[in-house]
Amino acid sequence: MTTPVQSRPLPQRVRDFPFPFPTDSYRYSTNVEPAGRPKATAGGTWGASVLHVDESYASDAAECEALLRADPSRCQALAHMRPAVWDALLYVLTELERAQPGLFQLEELGHEQFRWTNRALDVEQVFRYGDDSSLPDDPLRWLAPQLQDDLVLLDQREDALWADAGVVTAAADWSMKFDVGMSFLEVHGPVPRIHPERIISRAQDFLMRLAPGEEYRRTNWTMTVGRRLDSGTETYPEWGPDRRLVLGQDLGARLHLRVEVQHLVRLPSSGTIAFLIRTYLLPLDDIALVPAWRDRVAAVLDELPEDMADYKGLTRFRSAAVDWLRAAGAP
Amino acid sequence: MTTTPLVPPADELARSDPSPTVTVQAAGRLHLRVVGTSVAAPGVRNLVLARADGARLPAYPPGSHLVLHCGQRRNAYSLTGCGTRPGTYTVSVLLLADGQGGSRWVHGLQVGDELVADRPRSAFAPVSTATHHLLVAGGIGITPVLSHARSAVRWGRSFDLLYGYRPGAAAHLAELRALCGAYLHELPVMANFLAAVEAALIGSRIGTHLYACGPAPMLDAVVGRAGELGWPEERVHTERFSAEALDPGEPFEAVLTRSARRVPVPSGTSLLDALDGAGVTVPSMCRQGVCGECRVAVLDGEPLHRDLFLSEQERAAGDSVMCCVSRSRNPYLELDL
Repeated sequence: MTTPVQSRPLPQRVRDFPFPFPTDSYRYSTNVEPAGRPKATAGGTWGASVLHVDESYASDAAECEALLRADPSRCQALAHMRPAVWDALLYVLTELERAQPGLFQLEELGHEQFRWTNRALDVEQVFRYGDDSSLPDDPLRWLAPQLQDDLVLLDQREDALWADAGVVTAAADWSMKFDVGMSFLEVHGPVPRIHPERIISRAQDFLMRLAPGEEYRRTNWTMTVGRRLDSGTETYPEWGPDRRLVLGQDLGARLHLRVEVQHLVRLPSSGTIAFLIRTYLLPLDDIALVPAWRDRVAAVLDELPEDMADYKGLTRFRSAAVDWLRAAGAP
Repeated sequence: MTTTPLVPPADELARSDPSPTVTVQAAGRLHLRVVGTSVAAPGVRNLVLARADGARLPAYPPGSHLVLHCGQRRNAYSLTGCGTRPGTYTVSVLLLADGQGGSRWVHGLQVGDELVADRPRSAFAPVSTATHHLLVAGGIGITPVLSHARSAVRWGRSFDLLYGYRPGAAAHLAELRALCGAYLHELPVMANFLAAVEAALIGSRIGTHLYACGPAPMLDAVVGRAGELGWPEERVHTERFSAEALDPGEPFEAVLTRSARRVPVPSGTSLLDALDGAGVTVPSMCRQGVCGECRVAVLDGEPLHRDLFLSEQERAAGDSVMCCVSRSRNPYLELDL
């Protein structure tokens, strides 16, 4: 039987959502695949381009700008990362233009000068490649609000990757300021289960072998109460208590599936690995619009081992979420 | 500079379009046109290459090389630019009278000629956290070192360049003088060159990284001396040119278990190329046994490992083989393909 809700066209945010669960149970894995290829889901398609500019672009930019003003430590770059930062900046501007040529334009003026036009945020800027003083702010700081993704730059040396620069305003309970200068293995130290299975060291081996210009992607997920991009460790007192809220009738509106689309790109001229993290939040009300997603999320949450649920901060509300999703599916 | 030449199977040369299954390599292939040539030194030809369709060339890290498809062979040549947003690629190639034909082929190219190359590969990049970069070049080994020097100047990195050459035979000398100023140390007398290297190895500040490219005896001397003087291995980087071509090896037969096929691998043809010629494409990148991309599981038989990728333990396990350079100790090698 077709209900009236299902016969209506799905909202764009649902059709674009990178639904992350291929099966009814979830475990960590080195789930990487080549980037830039459209991926079909039960609700639509995602992933045709590395950067995805959507309806929340302007509000995400405002949120990012406000956070960076309140806490400049969200943007970090060790001194030796200057060439990498410029490599990343040009890569991101080029990819924005590729994703939405009507909104973004990068013109090469010669003698290493560029003109950047961002119609979505009303930015026009002429800069000289490699010259920090040709931008109104630190290059990463200037770039950050124009990019919906968080960005971490991994320097490769001594057979390891080092998180030596980044700007992160939508972290799922971690902190760029805390992690800057750490190795890839150290950054992932607190994650349960991945170490005996060598998942992170295998991921690092894979990343270290990427050739210049190669692009891969993977997804990761958790859940968040409220539509809140910033759940960084720095602001835990603001959002942490929400995890313990007892959700009632409004659970479907307040509880969000939080999916990260992570891109891993070997920047061409610095050889740095750019780690781009785009966060999507979709409330369970929207998940339930796609019956296959509704059933799948219920199954995954129900089956998830306790230590993983605990690490993801789901312990308090996961059974309520499973009940809600199953009730939403009941005839 | 050149590294091990690689011989593709004859039928690949006849094929105008790569088959659809060869996505990894096809995506990495560049169609280039010669837009300039010059003589960089006696016997050294400088080639300036642009994309045949006029599109932008991929950027590359300093010290990268470009694998040119030179007629029947594939030769790697160092790119001499700094690699950031290159408008053209430039390589300088020394004519080797006793070489295997790659350099002669390059010396025959004229403006307007078209050729195919793989995307640049990086195996000799500067280390970002070095406190100082000690660049050492012997003869035509200057080519990747020139790329390093350009990048060091561009980003304001601290460096010294020791350039040993035969008088009158130094490629890129005028360019280097203009680029490096007092950081270029010209050493046309061999005894002076070795003494200067010795002094630099002793006198460089803590945190210096050494980058050396040149003939094998020179590299062995520099690396050996650095080791004796207590340089940690991870601070010593070399780019070997004129690396001896791997011997052609004994013929053997690859037995492909999953596809129930047998593929003969003649002497002088790599396992990777033999498989490719038989329509079995294994993803590959460096084709020099370095990158690890072309690893294939071995089910039976004993691999003859010639790569630099597998660890001693992995070699001893004998359950995988890097098919771009390695072969078989027995007449048959059974693969999980």
